[in-house]
Amino acid sequence: MSATNHEPRTRGRLAALLAPPLLWLVLAYLGSLAVLLLSAFWTTDPFTSDVVHTWTTDNFRDILTTPVYRTVALRTLGIAVAVTLLDALLALPMAFFMARVAAGRLRRALLVAVLTPLWAGYLVKAYAWRVMLGEHGIVNAALAPLGLHGPGYGTAAVVLVLAYLWLPYMILPVQAALERLPAHQLEASADLGAGTVRTLRSVVAPAVRPALLAGSVFTFSLSLGDYLTVQIVGGRTQLLGNVIGSQVTLDLPLAAALSAVPVALVVCYLAAVRRAGALDSL
Amino acid sequence: MRNANPWKAAVAAGVLALVAACGSGGGTHDGGVAEQRSVGKGEGRVDIIAWAGYAEDGSNDPKADWVHPFEKQTGCKVNTKTAGTSDEMVSLMKTGQYDTVSASGDATLRLIAAGDVAPVNTRLVPNYRDIFSGLKMRPFNSKDGKMYGIPHGRGANLLMYRTDKVSPAPDSWKAVFDGAAKYAGKVTAYDSPIYIADAALYLMKTRPALGIKDPYALDRTQLNASVALLKKQRQQIGEYWSEYQKEVTAFKGGDSVLGTTWQVIANTAAAEKAPVKAVLPKEGATGWSDTWMVSAKAAHPNCAYKWLNWIVSPKVNAQVAEYFGEAPANRKACKETADPRHCDVYHADDESYYRRVHFWTTPVPQCLDGRKNVKCTDYAEWTRAWTEIKG
Repeated sequence: MSATNHEPRTRGRLAALLAPPLLWLVLAYLGSLAVLLLSAFWTTDPFTSDVVHTWTTDNFRDILTTPVYRTVALRTLGIAVAVTLLDALLALPMAFFMARVAAGRLRRALLVAVLTPLWAGYLVKAYAWRVMLGEHGIVNAALAPLGLHGPGYGTAAVVLVLAYLWLPYMILPVQAALERLPAHQLEASADLGAGTVRTLRSVVAPAVRPALLAGSVFTFSLSLGDYLTVQIVGGRTQLLGNVIGSQVTLDLPLAAALSAVPVALVVCYLAAVRRAGALDSL
Repeated sequence: MRNANPWKAAVAAGVLALVAACGSGGGTHDGGVAEQRSVGKGEGRVDIIAWAGYAEDGSNDPKADWVHPFEKQTGCKVNTKTAGTSDEMVSLMKTGQYDTVSASGDATLRLIAAGDVAPVNTRLVPNYRDIFSGLKMRPFNSKDGKMYGIPHGRGANLLMYRTDKVSPAPDSWKAVFDGAAKYAGKVTAYDSPIYIADAALYLMKTRPALGIKDPYALDRTQLNASVALLKKQRQQIGEYWSEYQKEVTAFKGGDSVLGTTWQVIANTAAAEKAPVKAVLPKEGATGWSDTWMVSAKAAHPNCAYKWLNWIVSPKVNAQVAEYFGEAPANRKACKETADPRHCDVYHADDESYYRRVHFWTTPVPQCLDGRKNVKCTDYAEWTRAWTEIKG
């Protein structure tokens, strides 16, 4: 109600306040995206790698017809999905325990434990995993008594390390949603004779779903754009980011066209999440 | 203050016109960029693109500092931009904001062709006299009989193996190609399109029917054969490496037991007690030879020439070579190294050793081996092929 009653002066001030960040967003962010997309329609001089400004759709045709780009795109998508699922599986019980079971000092300690890794550098954490997953690393040493062998470097290691890196982004929104869940709803569910499973399905799940989807936007899009973890623990695999990186100085238009692939994937994912209603509560 | 700007602009435009006029006058070769005639007073600043370890100012290791003494002696303040790959160097040089670059052979020809670098007047670099003759006037640092830079140092891409895991000791690249299955999942290779030349070199010796004369001059058929070999090799690869510390840890931990390396990696790994050895296989090897080139648009050409002379001066060249782990370019540097054996370890004055090394060169459509009846594959094609090999 009050929002529609603003005095013209207040509105002017509001506009003045919002204009610089909005301008920044449009120019720096959307503008650079537009330039990126535009340059995907150019081509390069094959030897000097100078960009030649002639309009062509060859780059997109190359991407669609070259099998290796499809393979890499699908692999990247698969890894992003796997990381998201793994994070959801790990985050749910963890967040539930933090929000509904642990109390006082324990809850605070757990929150700190989840947040602390965010303060450490990305590369430090990735290299720590490289050491742990190595032939004589702690993972193999721990599994040896069971007669098992760790995943080594490769796709599985990439999923594992990315899931570790992005886990806090999944735990925090889910934990917040669970904390907001009123206790009397759970009590009412129990009073009405629902068992644990029924309460989880009918009361907890609807409350957590938007948070889970919001968290998955982070884990999914961050995984889609990653290219360093795969260099450190990925063994011989490559992701979209690596292919883009190898082309960016040599054939900028092709790199730009390749960059459109993860952008398109993220936009599709966001649209799907929006349809599921997860963005309404943001 | 406000009306000072048009003046500044006018002066700048005048200077630019002057530079352009000087640049186009007297250029006799196709690039149209003339070499410098004299070195005058320094401009007070020089902008450098360098490999990590080439322009140390003591911030990484207090003992490694040859930038501050240069600044003190010449009054040219050094502004260094470290580049991670040859491709990055090429794109940085295109901005025209840098005076000089320590380019490897897989970047030099691209820079020359694009007119980004000027030929270097070697008479203005007194220390050029003492550079090993094996480094002068090579296809990757000269064009039409003109040097396009001052050689800095060189090294071979060797074959390294864990002495406790690999037996018998390999003496051929066969170990990482046709024989790689024996060490499946533990073989490593250099992660760059230029590594295709390693496969081509192996095919040059093992499949003479392909007619490869120069591993950097591959026609379509020869490239396809190399790609096929590398795709087969990929099945046995544990991981590719591009960052040298990554390979050190991989060999130390036993994740890699066999694969291509640099001398400095072998030394570091051995110093960290990894049982490794590096050899130059009987087929020879690929290698790299770096050259300090001067930008065609250098804003500080005098300081750039002073830097060129400084970085290959015996003492500094010895310091860089030891810090980075390579063979120095200056013969007199061998007497200046802290470790008296440095030049022996890196075969600095062993020309017969380096005759077996095919230095990185940018693959170009005009076949480098002199064939006229066929078009060779260029670096862009190699890059696409490399993406395909890695799958």
